[in-house]
Amino acid sequence: MRFATEIVVFSVFAFAALVGAGLGVDAPFRQHMWVLFFVLAGFTAILLRNIEFKPAAPIDPSAYMDGPIRYGAIATVFWGVVGMLVGVVIALQLAYPDLNIQPWFNFGRLRPLHTSGVVFAFGGNALICTSLYVVQRTCRARLFGGKLAWFVFWGYQLFIVMAATGYLLGVTEGREYAEPEWYVDIWLTIVWVAYLILFLGTILKRREPHIYVANWFYLSFIVTIAMLHVIDNLTMPASLLGSKSYSAFSGVQDALTQWWYGHNAVGFFLTAGFLGMMYYFVPKQANRPVYSYRLSIIHFWALIFLYIWAGPHHLHYTALPDWAQTLGMAFSIMLWMPSWGGMINGLMTLSGAWDKIRTDPIIRMMVAAIAFYGMSTFEGPIMSIRTVNSLSHYTDWTIGHVHSGALGWVGMISFGALYYMVPKLWNRERLYSLRFVTWHFWLATLGIVVYAAAMWVSGVMQGLMWREYNDQGFLVYSFAESVAAMHPYYVMRAAGGTMYLAGMLIMAWNITMTILGRQREEQPLPGSVSAFQPAE
Amino acid sequence: MGYNLMREFADSWGLLAMALFFVGCIAFALRPGGRTRADQTAQIPFKDD
Repeated sequence: MRFATEIVVFSVFAFAALVGAGLGVDAPFRQHMWVLFFVLAGFTAILLRNIEFKPAAPIDPSAYMDGPIRYGAIATVFWGVVGMLVGVVIALQLAYPDLNIQPWFNFGRLRPLHTSGVVFAFGGNALICTSLYVVQRTCRARLFGGKLAWFVFWGYQLFIVMAATGYLLGVTEGREYAEPEWYVDIWLTIVWVAYLILFLGTILKRREPHIYVANWFYLSFIVTIAMLHVIDNLTMPASLLGSKSYSAFSGVQDALTQWWYGHNAVGFFLTAGFLGMMYYFVPKQANRPVYSYRLSIIHFWALIFLYIWAGPHHLHYTALPDWAQTLGMAFSIMLWMPSWGGMINGLMTLSGAWDKIRTDPIIRMMVAAIAFYGMSTFEGPIMSIRTVNSLSHYTDWTIGHVHSGALGWVGMISFGALYYMVPKLWNRERLYSLRFVTWHFWLATLGIVVYAAAMWVSGVMQGLMWREYNDQGFLVYSFAESVAAMHPYYVMRAAGGTMYLAGMLIMAWNITMTILGRQREEQPLPGSVSAFQPAE
Repeated sequence: MGYNLMREFADSWGLLAMALFFVGCIAFALRPGGRTRADQTAQIPFKDD
């Protein structure tokens, strides 16, 4: 009988959530448990309606398991739209504070919803579904562990829903990018260990003697995130039926643990994982092997060894000892080498096929992603230098830097991978429309340029206004004056973000139509068909 | 195991071991004869779809 075990387990957990909703010691916890109860009860109802008493069809052990990957691709697009929409909303809230709706939709609660929405929901789903796609095809083996992949997919969606609703209810640890409270953290740990077993198990049963480099990057992302997540979230709950916990560390140790986590979340979630994506999907779309496989191995080990030490650059001029600040700065500067080695490796994969940048909009998207990877990993080390940081820290320059990396690198490489993967997953001849991809590319690129340029100007202005003294040693500007001066840049930033969101909506339409099996009738892109006709 | 002991280990033997492992990884990637092996491995994505 299909779903019998699942229905029993979900019912038990839904009941436990109901008990939590009744006995919780604080109101946000009780509300959060109500959310969990309705999610689990709804899921149980859906499963009950889909129950089947026929014996299940035999599974072909040599065929790839693509079901969870198809769901993952859809989830990536869905959460991308949600996360970026919230981003535009909070950008507008900064420009027009009247848009803050108390208490659930104020900036303080929506901001982690945006960051987690784009990083963990959009980026995380992109990483999970592409990693499962790549590992099967480069190991020539079906995913390990039967239904484990489905558990990872749905478990991760439950984590996202619980984290997101928790933020709106005011349940937060207040640790940047690690805001979910202890019970959501424990759930993510279980899901993540299942993901590790799923990925490692597939690698172990591979039919290919070598482990392709993309899998190394994906595996380092999974292992490191497990380590970072567990250590940064070592907390003691105040009550097992409450939403408040206290960190195991205190003071500067807590700050360092948090930024060791925070920076390596950038390094291993937003960099290593997406490099795995680059090392598979760029060669596939360009139909050429990676420029230098040995460089990719050096890229991997150098990134692993250097990134983990760079976190202290988030704590310049704090109570953190000077030697630790210098260590973080030195390792950040050294990171230039592997980052640019990887960028060159990705770009040079196109050597001999540069015309594809003109003719293939998906390749153009991937090349733009790699270029943004190079630009933001050039900017990052500069900003980690202590004297530069004294100007840039706590200003919008940091926000601009993050977005050139996140929108440019992470976003564009994921779009490219999805455009490649979706027609293959649903056995479609091609995408619904290549012209829509071109529209998406230009809207996204222009959006990033507007966003990043506005934030550079605003950030440098903000930093200079904060440190402006007059000849008698008084500060020239009050803080509120620097906020007022940033208004035009906030409006420009919201415009750039809206353009990026518009590109994402075009993608959602294009992907939906591709999945439905439609093909748009359109003029072929210029250059994609040869201008010269063979002689007859 | 106190902070000082861990710190002393970290900036002596620990540092040496990690540096040697790193140099070893690079040397192994660049070893003579590694190129053909690497070129074969780079073809893995094209073997199957």
